[in-house]
Amino acid sequence: MTTLDVAIRHRLERIAIDVALAAGAGLTAIVGPSGAGKTTLLHAIAGLFRPDDGRVVLGDEVLVDTAHGVFVPPDRRRIGYVTQDSRLFPHLTVRQNLAYGHWFTRDADRRLTVDAAIAMLDLDGLLARRPARLSGGERQRVALGRALATSPRLLLLDEPLAAVDVGRRQEILPYLDRLRQELALPTVYVTHALDEVRARAESVVTLDEGRIVSIVPGGSQLG
Amino acid sequence: MDVTSDLQILRLSVQVAALATLGGLVPAIAVAVLLARRRFWGHTVVNALVHLPLVLPPVVTGFLLLRIFGTRGPVGAWLADTFGIVLAFRWTGAVVAAAVMGFPLMVRAIRSSIEGVDPRLEEAAATLGASPAWRLLTITLPLAVPGILAGAILGFAKALGEFGATITFVSNIPGETQTLALAIYALTQTPGGDAGVWRLAALSVAVSLVALIAAEALARRTAVRR
Repeated sequence: MTTLDVAIRHRLERIAIDVALAAGAGLTAIVGPSGAGKTTLLHAIAGLFRPDDGRVVLGDEVLVDTAHGVFVPPDRRRIGYVTQDSRLFPHLTVRQNLAYGHWFTRDADRRLTVDAAIAMLDLDGLLARRPARLSGGERQRVALGRALATSPRLLLLDEPLAAVDVGRRQEILPYLDRLRQELALPTVYVTHALDEVRARAESVVTLDEGRIVSIVPGGSQLG
Repeated sequence: MDVTSDLQILRLSVQVAALATLGGLVPAIAVAVLLARRRFWGHTVVNALVHLPLVLPPVVTGFLLLRIFGTRGPVGAWLADTFGIVLAFRWTGAVVAAAVMGFPLMVRAIRSSIEGVDPRLEEAAATLGASPAWRLLTITLPLAVPGILAGAILGFAKALGEFGATITFVSNIPGETQTLALAIYALTQTPGGDAGVWRLAALSVAVSLVALIAAEALARRTAVRR
């Protein structure tokens, strides 16, 4: 079972974050007000910056260990990262976006084909389009599919529904459930609307001013 | 002056400008990427050096080129001894002069378009497994294509009209280094050269218009692709 272990300290202009956290299989929800350091924490796990101090361990691989000068760059971590603004490549079609990460994944690491990601997220009808011609919900589905096609070991979701109309969120949540059930992919889900995921979460971590305020079992534990 | 020599001058000018643009493009992209995306010691110095030909009187640039790339200059002597390449007073030297003069314009245009590429897209590519080199080749540069085209057009235009550095470095030798601008200048110094000046001026206008229209068409094609 893949387990994520994070213990980092990092000073930014506005906040200093100091977090120690373990996440197992299933979904770990991270909540807290804006500026609490939620996104910074995901960036540290994804490898988008070098923390001042600390360790990040995924399964049996040490990704960051500042004491020993270890830092695995983001492109070698195989961690899927989906943000609220999708970040689809505007010059590529949906199909090319989906194939992008898959192409960089080594054969030995490939567990999911591009076609499987397309099927799982019902993207068939969108493949020839460019991102500019997708709705907010469609973009998020493509971004999810693009991340999945890299066969990630861990999925990071940073407010994936924030840019989707409230009425349309039901078009995405079932897909998240499907991923959870079919792939058993450990997921860290950042949100400021806990209602989205409380029932689905193994545990709910509350962050404030860069520190963990509480860790409580989520709905999937309470049954 | 007759029509044959006019066409020969035109051919030489286009050849010099095209080679200067093509030769300068890859180094210009490299420097633009460096200035736009990397922070390093000496950033300001590199930036200033790149802009020097834009600010210096072209005669000074030409003089420096002569001292560096002339047959007795440090680089010129080495090129001549090692490869048998002579630049001073040759058309190849005109290419070098045009490339150096157009370089800052190319770098500026390309740099600003690279800075316009959302770095979050590069981050997304990184989390998808793309190494820094692949991110540059598959995301940053394709998205900067309009700026790269604009830079190439500016460089070509500058190269086509280059005068001061060229005449200083490679002189004004008919059939070897005499481009449109130099030929027009020579004719203005010749009694009764007016008719020739008009013919070459008309040619310059025609070439510039063709280049601009081609550039516009290219830009439109890349815009539609989005």
